[in-house]
Amino acid sequence: MEIVRKWIQAIMALLVNGSWSFPFTRTIYQGPLKVVCSPGLNCYSCPAATTYCPIGSLQQMMAGIRIALENGQNFFGFYVVGTMGVLGGAFGRLICGWACPFGLIQELLHKIPSKKFSIPQKLNYLKYGFLLFFVILLPLTVVDDFGYGELWFCKYVCPAGTLEAGLPMLMLQPGLSRTIGIVFFNKMTILVGFILWSILASRPFCRTTCPLGAFYAFFKKLKLVKLRLIEENCTKCEECHAVCPMGVKFNESPEDAECISCLKCMDKACKFNAISLEIAGLPVGRNAGVRRRPGTKQSNAVM
Amino acid sequence: MIGKSEKTSKRVRVAPFVTILFFVIMGIFGIMTGEVRRVLEQAVQVCLSCIGIG
Repeated sequence: MEIVRKWIQAIMALLVNGSWSFPFTRTIYQGPLKVVCSPGLNCYSCPAATTYCPIGSLQQMMAGIRIALENGQNFFGFYVVGTMGVLGGAFGRLICGWACPFGLIQELLHKIPSKKFSIPQKLNYLKYGFLLFFVILLPLTVVDDFGYGELWFCKYVCPAGTLEAGLPMLMLQPGLSRTIGIVFFNKMTILVGFILWSILASRPFCRTTCPLGAFYAFFKKLKLVKLRLIEENCTKCEECHAVCPMGVKFNESPEDAECISCLKCMDKACKFNAISLEIAGLPVGRNAGVRRRPGTKQSNAVM
Repeated sequence: MIGKSEKTSKRVRVAPFVTILFFVIMGIFGIMTGEVRRVLEQAVQVCLSCIGIG
């Protein structure tokens, strides 16, 4: 299953970055596919990007609300939030585990041999602050003389944008290097920091900073596809704790906001059929919700 | 064979469908107000300041 997931991650990364004419055009893809929402965090200023980034577009909408209203346009971001909500309602943070290019990059970095560290649970809450302040409130309220806000998360934080858009654009248009300043160096520092952190810890950006992950996390109870704990089968061996790339203790909090449904706990760790996949409450897949009768010791019921 | 076991109860959860429907309606409202064109206009432009350049 892990190989399947890696393939799907690679295919999704190629689909949302499928325009490879940029070495000749020296700019970004400008076709009609850019009305399609990228499920994962993927900068739309990346030269190969074929879709829009929901976090970038949401900030654009927030930043431009005043001007839009002055021009009689009721642009409140309903299309962007609606699309994000449909994806969140269907998959939630499963998208982080299966369809986010920056998640894939962090996973590959984490494979570099080194001493590994855990991430304090409290840092998980930071990403909600980034969503609230850097994506919504600051672009909405801090405006220039013309009434237009800034894209705070993209401009000052997003390491995915630096890696996927900033650096490639500097390579495609070397003349731009004359215009870089402290903001770019700040973003480069953040990028290098997350690269190093990703080697030492699993998915640090997803866990502490990603506002898209924070948005999808709100759907932890409502999402269509999710993992289910079959408590009767759980022996509390805690094998699922050891394999989780997000630090989730699945048997203790099966609806944890951090769960990216990578299925490692179900596929690699649990030998007692205590974890199954469900779609809209209906068990699917290998375990398919088989549970032993209370009071019996036999756990692998389907033979 | 299914030994000393039983299948879990198959109860469909309605909440995900209600959630998705809510956001579909929100998205349609956005389409009706012309937001799609606005999203496209923004997504096809390289916003250098947005990526920390310039």
